[in-house]
Amino acid sequence: MSAILPPAERLWWKHPLDRVEGTWIAIALIWCLTMFAMMIGWHIFGNQNLSTETYKTTPELFSKKAQAMVDKYTVRTETAENIPVVAPPAGSDVYLTARLWNFWPILELEKDKTYRLHLTSMDYNHGFSLQPVNINIQIVPGYEHVVKITPNKSGTYSVVCNEFCGINHHTMVSRIYVK
Amino acid sequence: MTTTTYRTCPRSGLQFESQAEKLMIVNAVTAVVALLVGGILAIGVVLTRWPTIHWLAADTFYMVLTAHGIDMLIFWIIFFEMAVLYFCSSTLLRCRIATPKVAWVAFVLMLVGAIMNNVAVFQGSSSVMMTSYVPMMADPKFYLGLILFAVGALIGCFIFFGTLVIAKREKTYQGSVPLVTFGAIVAAIIAVFTIASGAIILIPTFLLSVGVISSVDPLIYRTIWWAFGHSSQQINVAAHISIWYAVAAIAFGAKPMSERVSRGAFLLYILFLQLASAHHLLADPGVSTAWKVVNTSYFMYFAVLASMIHGLTIPGAIEVAQRAKGYNNGLFEWLRKAPWGNPVWSGVFISIIGFGFLGGISGVMMGTEQLNMIIHNTIYVPGHFHATVVVGTTLSFMALTYFLIPVLFRREMINPGLAKLQPYLFGFSMYFFCLVMMGAGTLGVSRRHWDMAFNGAPMAYEWPGAAYLLMGLVGIAGIAAILGGAIYIYITVGSLLWGKKLSGGSVSANFTPIPPTAPTAAAQSYGSAGFAAPGTFVLAMVFLVSFVLYYFINWKYLSQVWGLS
Repeated sequence: MSAILPPAERLWWKHPLDRVEGTWIAIALIWCLTMFAMMIGWHIFGNQNLSTETYKTTPELFSKKAQAMVDKYTVRTETAENIPVVAPPAGSDVYLTARLWNFWPILELEKDKTYRLHLTSMDYNHGFSLQPVNINIQIVPGYEHVVKITPNKSGTYSVVCNEFCGINHHTMVSRIYVK
Repeated sequence: MTTTTYRTCPRSGLQFESQAEKLMIVNAVTAVVALLVGGILAIGVVLTRWPTIHWLAADTFYMVLTAHGIDMLIFWIIFFEMAVLYFCSSTLLRCRIATPKVAWVAFVLMLVGAIMNNVAVFQGSSSVMMTSYVPMMADPKFYLGLILFAVGALIGCFIFFGTLVIAKREKTYQGSVPLVTFGAIVAAIIAVFTIASGAIILIPTFLLSVGVISSVDPLIYRTIWWAFGHSSQQINVAAHISIWYAVAAIAFGAKPMSERVSRGAFLLYILFLQLASAHHLLADPGVSTAWKVVNTSYFMYFAVLASMIHGLTIPGAIEVAQRAKGYNNGLFEWLRKAPWGNPVWSGVFISIIGFGFLGGISGVMMGTEQLNMIIHNTIYVPGHFHATVVVGTTLSFMALTYFLIPVLFRREMINPGLAKLQPYLFGFSMYFFCLVMMGAGTLGVSRRHWDMAFNGAPMAYEWPGAAYLLMGLVGIAGIAAILGGAIYIYITVGSLLWGKKLSGGSVSANFTPIPPTAPTAAAQSYGSAGFAAPGTFVLAMVFLVSFVLYYFINWKYLSQVWGLS
């Protein structure tokens, strides 16, 4: 008789559906398949899809590549710690290192140009949270994640670490300039 | 063979076996203690994230946040679920519990594990958050505590399965198990998968913490940890949906609209719900797009389909029962005439609506591969899971407690007037809490972050004023919800301590089998346009329209951000 008692009819799986249930299941199924198609469709027609190009890396290996980029393309330094501001050419490989508790270096990019942004962490998990755009990517140590980014508006953007990484987590914030 | 007795509750007609009853009581009471600890910790979290108050120092905040997460998400909920599993097997099937001594061992393991983990956290050396992502390391006691707790819970699941076998063998019921027990079986199956995943990743991490092995890969850790971390929340979904069905039966005498549909939906949970641990890896490197799309969608959203079915069939069953009682005017008389002063019902109703509209819809947003990028690790995420785990699970457990106080604990509830109010205060302040958190998350505010002003950072980012306003509202709503939680604990603990003792009912040395129920006439003449539950269908369509609109608003928002490929 009720949900806390055994079903009255032993062959309950032969019980016919009510019209409300049948209609709702059909509608819900269509909606579910629509949402599934939407994700695939966005990979074909949309412009915001996260690349999954990934390489295993080590702090030494990645630092070497990041240092080479900094040596070549630094335009100035900023803050008391003299963090280099790097302006790499459009289309090039750009390296951003996350470590306790800063991002290195600061990037200066051009609007509507595409860059191959390489992300890794030197120590713990970190987060790449681009504000105020609000794009969020996980940064995992030991893995080099290559994401193609195309800034669509000029301005000063912030990169906030949004994965908990210890006591000074809240000071881990950097910038990306887009000209 | 141990001798035992069976008590038939005079208020509910339920039959409690004495061993199972003691185990239910001790697990439920321990759960409430964990909720109390977690609730006190919530004050620290909320008052620190409220920007104008910014109460705790950074190290204390991260410690308190770690403990709050674990005490609430793991200890409160799983202790209570053990009581629910024993209830759904021994009580609903009217049989003795399998191996009660082993069940006590399971309880002790869980208790020791929970205390050990809390000690590690409060010593300050394990502020690693509930997720404890390697290579950030906690004290070995932190992992060992969780492992002991998990082993205890796993034993509890097998005692549940064993009890089902006993009921079948001793023929305490005929035909199939009740739907609520079926839902509990689903929860227990998911729990076994969950706990096994937890063991696979926490045991090596424990060995790493004591120096036996030298490393655990951070990405593999994340992948397997989430098979534990997310799946544990799927146990809750199966458990609290079973409770919803149970309360519909208890408060309205509602019978499932169709056993086939409801059980089929539960079956979809077993098959597809676990895939959702992929939700946490959508912003990660190293995991392929195809893997993300297939898993994050629970394989074409079949588990979402299941939840949408339960969301219709539970209120639908209530509507049918109410219409049969004569509340048959218009679309919603059945709902207006529901017992709104009964906290067992109002708690469950607020839970169903909040879980669907706030938790369900936001969960699908975050679980959409591309949309995840505008949500990942923002405070939108805790906004979502407070809607699922607090409004969904915790509020359902609270509502069930109000039913259990006279029935299981044999006490008259103290202060029923306050109990009437409690689901509304707790539920609605939690609704608001979730909404403002999701709002702040939409503006990008980070979760697990001590200071949104970035004090001491040379390149501090200034959040928009609206983000500060929303985080202030998070603080206010959070305090209101904590007050609601405190009232629940006061009523529950107070009733157990000072409530008038009620008679336990007749005691017998033998169980009384469940009599077979007479089949009801299938044909019925309520509802309109051939719909047995037209009011529920209208509510379901309101839900669908909100879902569709909000879904496409998020795509619109995504389409405006930087290009990513």
